[in-house]
Amino acid sequence: MTSLAGNAALTQNHFELFSLPVFFDVDLHQLSANFRALQQSVHPDRFANASAQEKRLSVQRAAQINEAHQVLKSPQRRARYILELQGVVFDDQSNPVMDPMFLMQQMELREALADVKSKSDPESELDKILVSLKIAKKDILDKLAEQLNTPATADLDKASQLMHELQFLDKLQSESEIIEEELMDSL
Amino acid sequence: MALIQISEPGQSTKPHERKLAVGIDLGTTNSLVATVRSGQTTTLANENGEHLLPSVVYYAKDKTRLVGSEAKQYKITDPLNTISSVKRYMGRSLEDIKAKESPLHYDFIQTNSTVPRIKTQAGEVSAIEVSAEILSVLKKRAELSLGDELSGVVITVPAYFDDAQRQATKDAGRLAGLNVLRLINEPTAAAVAYGLDKASDGVIAVYDLGGGTFDISILRVTQGVFEVLATAGDSALGGDDFDYVIASWIQQQLELGDDIDKSLRNQIIHAACQAKQTLTTERLASINIASTTLELSREQLNNLIDPLIKKTLMPCRRALRDAQVELEEIKAVVMVGGSTRILRVRDKVGEYFDQPPMVDINPDTVVAIGAAIQADVLVGNKADSDLLLLDVVPLSLGLETMGNLVEKIIPRNTTIPATRAQDFTTYKDGQTAMSIHVVQGERELVPDCRSLGRFSLKGIPPLVAGSARIRVTFEVDADGLLHVSAREETTGIESGIEVKPSYGLTDSEIEKMLLDSMEHADEDIAARMLHEQQVEADRVLEALAAALDDDGDMLSAEERQSIDEAAGNLAKLKTGNDDRAIKQAMQALDRVAEVFVSRRMDSNIRKAMAGHNVDEFNA
Repeated sequence: MTSLAGNAALTQNHFELFSLPVFFDVDLHQLSANFRALQQSVHPDRFANASAQEKRLSVQRAAQINEAHQVLKSPQRRARYILELQGVVFDDQSNPVMDPMFLMQQMELREALADVKSKSDPESELDKILVSLKIAKKDILDKLAEQLNTPATADLDKASQLMHELQFLDKLQSESEIIEEELMDSL
Repeated sequence: MALIQISEPGQSTKPHERKLAVGIDLGTTNSLVATVRSGQTTTLANENGEHLLPSVVYYAKDKTRLVGSEAKQYKITDPLNTISSVKRYMGRSLEDIKAKESPLHYDFIQTNSTVPRIKTQAGEVSAIEVSAEILSVLKKRAELSLGDELSGVVITVPAYFDDAQRQATKDAGRLAGLNVLRLINEPTAAAVAYGLDKASDGVIAVYDLGGGTFDISILRVTQGVFEVLATAGDSALGGDDFDYVIASWIQQQLELGDDIDKSLRNQIIHAACQAKQTLTTERLASINIASTTLELSREQLNNLIDPLIKKTLMPCRRALRDAQVELEEIKAVVMVGGSTRILRVRDKVGEYFDQPPMVDINPDTVVAIGAAIQADVLVGNKADSDLLLLDVVPLSLGLETMGNLVEKIIPRNTTIPATRAQDFTTYKDGQTAMSIHVVQGERELVPDCRSLGRFSLKGIPPLVAGSARIRVTFEVDADGLLHVSAREETTGIESGIEVKPSYGLTDSEIEKMLLDSMEHADEDIAARMLHEQQVEADRVLEALAAALDDDGDMLSAEERQSIDEAAGNLAKLKTGNDDRAIKQAMQALDRVAEVFVSRRMDSNIRKAMAGHNVDEFNA
């Protein structure tokens, strides 16, 4: 009976591994409860006295569970993952047609970011930008949720477009973080 | 019916007994060892009743070494042979140290190895060896106090320690003859000691300002699971720096200039440290140096140290953001490390987190206590414990790509253990080797990050350019240490990886150090190797017996037989004196048990998820 089990964990998708339905608005409470239960059973700390073989396997499984957890926990990575499960292939190099309104907003944020360092209180200026980014992201994620709560009938083109917009915002965010690091270093 | 177990003389592991495990806080200023005894976690004292061991090693002319308070007294009379704050040099190159220390506190020598050495009258020593001296004293103290050999230890490191610093710490443990079960992060250890005490769930912040390092960790505690959400810090900022700014102020007041001898400099630093301590209770401290008396007020001190305290608040902000936690969600701010005794630090941290920080725990011992609790669980003394620490990678791991740019492979604050695979291809026809440069840090350019190592992949099958697919797997284990492996996917050939660490010691360097540290090297090494293999074999057999007891029914009769045979062979060889044969028998057992191990792991996963079916969500 048990020999049929094979490497069940390795062939499951992230949702299956966590016994959750493929659904964008994931039950975060359940996700983290299941995450803890899974780690309790496979984490290397449970195998500190085991054979080398078990230790290796435990590290691999625990890492897989961590990875799945991080994908499902992050709305953005979860959205991308659901799209991938639907067969959408992302090419980070491609340049899709973007909504002009969205692009305008991007330009404004970008200019504000470029000016941050010359401001008298750069930290609070940076904070303002980060807040705007957060709001913009929330807006896109809400639109994504509409599509991806029913993956089978989602408008995949629309969802992909939203993902590209998110990527723009992410890029801005990481640039903001680099500026933040530089501000920290200059202290 | 319980059978009486008879153990052979000389064997220390008896399955029915509690195993001896300790937690060690290897600090910049002081080190400590703690253990769990009859349900109580306590730090262990030396014969004079002292718990704190000053992290100072004195190298005498006759090659004897003094550690702790005895060594500390040579700090002023013989500064070059009295090594203190050695933690600052762990995993660091000479250039790193030069950038941080001016003038250098010791006579450093650049060697062929990447690890710099300090010249003392008893010979040259590396930071790893100095740390191993401190660990050895704590090991002896624990064994004397507990009455037997230690089964395993947990050593704490600053959360913000990078791979090189962690590796150096683990190497020091190995050099001291310790079985290092795990390296755990200091703030996480503190959270364990604090959390188990207060036993409540929620998000907490641990602000850990030690002698030479600063960490901030944000954790979510849920029913014994300590999940680190984010960590940030500065691995070269601590109470020592407070002393240095006060010392500089003293030098200025006395118009001494920068070029003073090491002995006077040490006297000034010592006086600065005392003034700092005095000002935690008094409003005014007097400083006597070179027959002059100076006065330092608490307000003056605050002005001197405020920039340093501010430097700790930026990482707090970053950790909160990375954790995606709002300030209001923080239920408690736990203060750890001797430097949090400074009132100004408490005030500023309280102001930042908008709540009075918790200062009712002893900031000196809490880390060792937490480590001891974790060691007790890891060694297997508490089979039904829910305690689980889920920590993170403090700094992003990346690869060098074209144009000196860093491509991040494992971003900071990824939960460990973590693995990521990255595919590479060849750019020339018939190319059989390539080199990969791994770095750690947040910056975009390679020179701004720490170089961890260059990995040469050899033995790639000669193919047309671009058709080989080399999958390189990066794995960060539960100690936070990086391992790299590679394989060519189209042919399945495992590439021979040669790892050349940028920092840290190679295995052969450690072997050599072990040899050097023993007087009757050959016999001792042989005896030690044999003993290590025997202990390991006992452990493996014991674990296997327990696993077979629980899940023996997962095996077919044939499978069971081959495992029993391999185990029987190991049990027989274990009593002999051929350490290699024992090792080989363990490897053979590992191979036949592979399928069993894998089934058990998957069964664990299924059991953990039993009753959590998809159906219940649709209902």
